[in-house]
Amino acid sequence: MLIKRRNFIQLGSLATGTMLMPQFLKAFEKPAMVPAGNKVVVVIQLSGGNDGLNTVIPYRDDNYYRERPRIGIKKDDLLLINENAGLHPSLPHFRALHDAGQLAILNSVGYPNPDRSHFRSMDIWQTASQSNEILNTGWIGRYLDAQCTGCDKPTQALEVDDVLSLAMKGELQKGLAFKNPRNLYGSSQEKYFRELAKNHDHHGSSQADYLYKTMAETISSADYIYQQSKLHPSSQQYPTSSLGQSLKTIAGLIFSDINTRVYYVSLGSFDTHVNQDAQQKRLFKELNDAMESFTKDLVANHRMDDVMIFSFSEFGRRVSQNASGGTDHGTANNMFLVSGGLKQKGLVNGMPDLSNLQDGDLKYSVDFKSVYATVLKKWLGADDKMILGKQYAYMDFI
Amino acid sequence: MDVQQQSKNIHLMWRAGFGPALEDLQAYSKLSSGVLYSSLVKTSSIKTEYIKVSSGTLDGLYKGIINEGKIAQLSKEQKQQIRKESREAIKNLNLRWLDEMVNSKAQLREKMAFFWHGHFANREINIYFQQKLLDVIRVNALGNFGELLTEVSKSAAMLSFLNNQQNRKQHPNENFAREVMELFTLGRGNYSEQDVKEAARAFTGWGFDLSGEFIFRKQFHDNGSKTIFGKTGNFDGDDVISMLLQSKQTSYYITEKIFKFFVNDQPDPAMVSKLSNGFYQSGYDIGKLMSEIFTATWFYSAANTGNKIKSPIELLTGIRRILPIDFSQAEVQLLYQRLLGQMLFYPPNVAGWPGGRNWIDSSSLMYRIRLPQLLHDDQDFSAKPKDDDDVMMGQATTSLKRGRINVNIDWPEFADVFKNIPRSELIVAIAATLLQGGKVDAQLLDKYTDSSTRENFVRSVTIQLMSTPDYQLM
Repeated sequence: MLIKRRNFIQLGSLATGTMLMPQFLKAFEKPAMVPAGNKVVVVIQLSGGNDGLNTVIPYRDDNYYRERPRIGIKKDDLLLINENAGLHPSLPHFRALHDAGQLAILNSVGYPNPDRSHFRSMDIWQTASQSNEILNTGWIGRYLDAQCTGCDKPTQALEVDDVLSLAMKGELQKGLAFKNPRNLYGSSQEKYFRELAKNHDHHGSSQADYLYKTMAETISSADYIYQQSKLHPSSQQYPTSSLGQSLKTIAGLIFSDINTRVYYVSLGSFDTHVNQDAQQKRLFKELNDAMESFTKDLVANHRMDDVMIFSFSEFGRRVSQNASGGTDHGTANNMFLVSGGLKQKGLVNGMPDLSNLQDGDLKYSVDFKSVYATVLKKWLGADDKMILGKQYAYMDFI
Repeated sequence: MDVQQQSKNIHLMWRAGFGPALEDLQAYSKLSSGVLYSSLVKTSSIKTEYIKVSSGTLDGLYKGIINEGKIAQLSKEQKQQIRKESREAIKNLNLRWLDEMVNSKAQLREKMAFFWHGHFANREINIYFQQKLLDVIRVNALGNFGELLTEVSKSAAMLSFLNNQQNRKQHPNENFAREVMELFTLGRGNYSEQDVKEAARAFTGWGFDLSGEFIFRKQFHDNGSKTIFGKTGNFDGDDVISMLLQSKQTSYYITEKIFKFFVNDQPDPAMVSKLSNGFYQSGYDIGKLMSEIFTATWFYSAANTGNKIKSPIELLTGIRRILPIDFSQAEVQLLYQRLLGQMLFYPPNVAGWPGGRNWIDSSSLMYRIRLPQLLHDDQDFSAKPKDDDDVMMGQATTSLKRGRINVNIDWPEFADVFKNIPRSELIVAIAATLLQGGKVDAQLLDKYTDSSTRENFVRSVTIQLMSTPDYQLM
């Protein structure tokens, strides 16, 4: 690509904030209006290894109370969703979602040869690799690569965080991370940076060109995201928690005309080795309250059917409690799927079998990559086989 | 002043070290690159000092464990204290080594050790194991690869990290054998699953005691016959290492990785082959291989200059070597490492940092180009790196450092180096020391500089040049 200064056409009718942008970046400055039915995915990462057995509780299983005399959740306290399962008492809104047919629960999700190290297992989930394979790209990043060969649309996947997760990094395309659109805008719009980006002559594929291109895209995207975030800011009350504010930001963008298909946000740390009860309660309250505002917001704006929210954690925890009122690293876990467009609702598969364990851990029955394949193919209309490198069985929740 | 010679030498300093040093800038314009390289070899051959950061308290506790012979006899609180202090000590080890990278005259050795630190990736949180492993790679950085490989493979840090303590006859654990082949020597696709299985049996019994010393635990060793790479015999771990070194693929794999790290992300296979043959014939003499590279004409060619994206550590140490910076809170550098994705002693996985364009995304690039301004202006800065649950065990949430990066930069000392250069040539002269092959748009720069005094001018030119995408390259 060779772009000379004379090619920078300045379109006077656009806002001043976009005046200095090279033309090749203009293409995505004028997005089409988002049509109804434009599907969006929101991934909520529960970092640290959430204890799934105290999230969706198999209260009819005697093994549960036998293995967890101290931290097991009493039947009287939990929120029953059917004759076999109850939810953690701090998740009342998830029961409301369940009752409204907007919640699906997948149990025993995991992968073969599970790894108990946080960073390794999180990498496996984020890159969708096999457990003996190391990938440097994430599954959402590869979705970006597949969606957008040769074009500039870095705002298709956004993470509300200061640092971009591996999940969002593709070979050629990467998502964009920011805490809030205004700060992103403020830090990237320095005149000096804008001028540097404008004045750089692109010669080809050198490292310098790559850096300048990334900088120009960041400046342009920051402007685009900020403008979009002001179009239809959410008027719903959200909790002041970090997750609450992040979901509010996401809601505002979902209601705008932005081209974003995937949002990514994290909550943690669920690494409850010690005094699990208090820690999990606090985090679940944050999750529950933020989700309550978010889903009410989506319903009020008629987007609940177009948004698929799912949660995951890098692993579940061991069935038996430890000596410190907590639990240690385990394997298979459950996932929540929240949407108005679910085909299967409530418990999608059975509760985990606590009498059939492997070295004290739950056995997985659903490969998480099947969940990704289903979301990619059936929700986002993407080529899951190309993105995941293999054909995984589709599920029926979409 | 010979500008061309200076830029060649600065290129050499970025690759064979952590960038040009302020106090040596004059010398770079006078010395030939061959002479400069020889002096780097010389300064790098002086004895390596062991970096010890573990505190007296921890030493005492740990000595107790060794004397008692059993970790189980410690109370829960003591174990927690050891883990906590160990994690703290690793932070200090990080900062101490970082200081070495900046200040040591043994630039070549520290740079090479930094390469091995990524190659032999390890995340053990036992400070004694990490201190030892760091010493092994620093002492052997420019020595013999076979010896380095053997020592690393027998280190408690690696045996523990790759689960060989659990690798026993009847219950083999293949992790160690697999990574030794895949990551340390042959590379993926150059061995069979059967080779891994059989090699794992050969490594049974390799372990370490509480003091971190290698021990061969005979009772766990599988003495049966194994077939590895088509050869059959009662092999042990040392035999496997010898076989790996006998394979020319090991030489190629290591040479290619070195070429990518020190020369060009896109290696020329013919050139790598040639270097690799020499490396193999020398019996894996690392220092000799590096001399071949750093004295070659092609190393100084335009295609191999200014084409590497600095890693976060290279960026940070590079700034510190050229600017006399005093961090009032050294730990800010740890926050910075985590934000930009390269925390020493915490590689992202067993394969180390992938490097190249993997360093760059929108957020990391913006932090990189804003960093020099933050240092300079003492602007408010707030950002939260991702939590690392392996490090924190769910106990502490990282406190967000809000506020200023308190640093002192000795600008008069920096400006003094350029005292003989006329004002009209200052931008070009400073750019020549900071940017590798990057062109500078003096007209643009002029608009963003402070020309109230000569020192302010030097200062603002420097900060603005560092706040560019070009400065991310070396």
